[in-house]
Amino acid sequence: MADSNGKQTPLLDELEKGPWPSFVKEIKSMAKESPMCQDLLGQLEKSYGEKRGYWKHGGIVGVMGYGGGVIGRYSFLNEEFPHVAHFHTIRINQPSGWFYTSDAIRTLCDIWEKHGSGLTNMHGSTGDIVFLGTQTSELEPIFKELTEKDFDLGGSGSDLRTPSCCVGQSRCEWACYDTMQLCDHLTHHFQDELHRPAFPYKFKIKCAGCPNDCVASVARADMSIIGTWRDNIQIDQAAVKAYADGGMNIERDICGNCPTKCMQWDGKTLTIDNSNCVKCMHCINNMTKALRPGKDRGATILLGAKAPIVDGALLSSVLVPFIKLEPPYEELKDLIERIWEFWGEHGKNRERTGELIQRVGLGNFLEAIGVEPIPEMVAHPRENPFIFYEEYLEEGDEEE
Amino acid sequence: MATATDRRTDIGPPNYSRFLPPVIKKNYGQWKYHEILKPGVMVHVAESGDKLFTVRAASPRLVSIKKLRQFADLADKYCGGHLRFTSRNNVEFLLTDPSKIDALIADLKAIGHPVGGLGNSISNIVHTQGWVHCHSAATDASGVVKCVMDDLQEYFTQMKLPGKLRIALACCLNMCGAVHCSDIAILGVHRRPPKVQHDGLNKVCEIPNVVAACPTAAIRPAMVDGKQSVEVLEERCMFCANCFSVCPAMQMADPLNDGVSIWVGGKVSNARHEPMFSKLAVPYLPNTPPRWPEVVQAVRTIVEVWAKGARKYERMGEFIERIGWPRFFKLTGFEFTKQHIDDFRHAGLTYKRSAQLRQS
Repeated sequence: MADSNGKQTPLLDELEKGPWPSFVKEIKSMAKESPMCQDLLGQLEKSYGEKRGYWKHGGIVGVMGYGGGVIGRYSFLNEEFPHVAHFHTIRINQPSGWFYTSDAIRTLCDIWEKHGSGLTNMHGSTGDIVFLGTQTSELEPIFKELTEKDFDLGGSGSDLRTPSCCVGQSRCEWACYDTMQLCDHLTHHFQDELHRPAFPYKFKIKCAGCPNDCVASVARADMSIIGTWRDNIQIDQAAVKAYADGGMNIERDICGNCPTKCMQWDGKTLTIDNSNCVKCMHCINNMTKALRPGKDRGATILLGAKAPIVDGALLSSVLVPFIKLEPPYEELKDLIERIWEFWGEHGKNRERTGELIQRVGLGNFLEAIGVEPIPEMVAHPRENPFIFYEEYLEEGDEEE
Repeated sequence: MATATDRRTDIGPPNYSRFLPPVIKKNYGQWKYHEILKPGVMVHVAESGDKLFTVRAASPRLVSIKKLRQFADLADKYCGGHLRFTSRNNVEFLLTDPSKIDALIADLKAIGHPVGGLGNSISNIVHTQGWVHCHSAATDASGVVKCVMDDLQEYFTQMKLPGKLRIALACCLNMCGAVHCSDIAILGVHRRPPKVQHDGLNKVCEIPNVVAACPTAAIRPAMVDGKQSVEVLEERCMFCANCFSVCPAMQMADPLNDGVSIWVGGKVSNARHEPMFSKLAVPYLPNTPPRWPEVVQAVRTIVEVWAKGARKYERMGEFIERIGWPRFFKLTGFEFTKQHIDDFRHAGLTYKRSAQLRQS
């Protein structure tokens, strides 16, 4: 296979070998009809030879009225590979849970075949459908056709990034709230924040139905909404017995792995001290027929995760230990808006929520958003004695 | 020409309920339990007794519309037109008739997509764009992933590991792939301070923003050859490339020094141990396209050390915590170097602050 200059791609050809699906084959499959894909192969082959990328910093491109959703991409090698001189990415907001019908997939393919490279990511890291590579002139037509088919763009830049969620109650017995409905609701409610960047930096929301956190919300979302419960784990003792009879070593593999050692197995009955259960999911994960989360379900809300740039990586930390999540989700939306208000006012350029909290202190942050401090928010109280007080007594002050 | 007001805008994504198969609509929120039937195949059983079978197949994440149409055709042939994708870029076909499963798996294999990734296996590698599409990549993404998974495919298609193993790759420290909590993370790194393009820097970049972007205060405003620019205190630079993110004149890409680091022991799930960050195992391996043999070998070494030594269910980080880091380095044969010792914020918290050591 050759690029548009007729050059071969011997290095990339090596990546057509082997059992794992090949992205090179995907690009090549489009190269016959798409000069863009030919030049992508050419530029990539050059990257493989020279061990460096050849894409320029993103430029500001987009569709009218939106500030996000399109990532401008231009090639340094625009003369050698003119068909990828512009190679912009479009982010399209995925449906909750990444469910599609074959018709919906074909609709997306038809639009992209007409207006771009024909290459996609299913999906991008944040969750969007990604259309990989088109020119500025195609952006408005693509947007028009997408919206006619009920699809809209996702977030990019300093805005609410496209919220995402796990499969939730649509296919998982562990989902402690309706992740797909909440994700869809928040996405529609905050359309303005998603399309028109007005924040100090990006803000990500991820909805995970249980503490297994299949969308990695605790590591990747400024707001991590993780399903949990507060009553007793539901036990089917006969099914527990069946696991034991089937050879499972319940004492060692289940009770022995419980982080708070709150379970006991006497060979006949599994007992759980639910007041000491920290909802880790290990026992439930491994005895799917016997154990299930309790019935009084909701979520824990954690704040502040991010990757290392600038001040180091953060995991989200607890803001609300338990909240019921039912439509119209007013309590949650109100909390989100209070957080955005404080961050919008005090956040520095390119400062994530987690970094803001580190800078001003969680105590001050809580005061600003009107949330009371509670011990669930910390791994342990402070170890250093450098305690701030805003006021002190003067001689003659009345003691309260 | 259209104006901003005569188009549909702010409609958000289509509601998911349009895309759900009837068996899901009927049993939404009423699932009772699930079981893995064989590699890549599971069944969810509802309170009603209805069953939903899922077949999970690998994908390279970068897929063409031709492949997507093939997936759509398979969904029509086997699943009433229903399919979904997972958070790790696998594709899932949703069936109600178990007698069709094997034929679907055969069709998927025929178009080059192995079935697996469930249970105690290595699921797909979450990854970034790399040289295919990113301006800040220190390594390729799709190529490295392809090579690593070509080598580890047996662990995707079979369930012979002690627990789950999650691998992720990010091609620079921006980590769109958020690899920092993975059992094994492959991370592209720079190792040379930015080459400042003094010509016109102040036209394309705001100098105060460039200065403020540096977490170690290594960048200061400077006049260079009569031009307003910045200078870099090279001994303070730890190559994060945040200055490049705000200013294209701070060139970071450098074929001689760019490469790959490998991190281990992170997790996001709460099962047993709380979520953990990944820790540094190998600070630097060279970029050796097209097959990155050093990276492939290092990842396999880590997988095999864990697979051999871990207890049932034990994730990488739990395993290493139990055996201790000295033994991890001994078992893998990786050299422990100055680079492994943290020297960023709160580094002292990562020093060993007790005499609890295995002495033999």
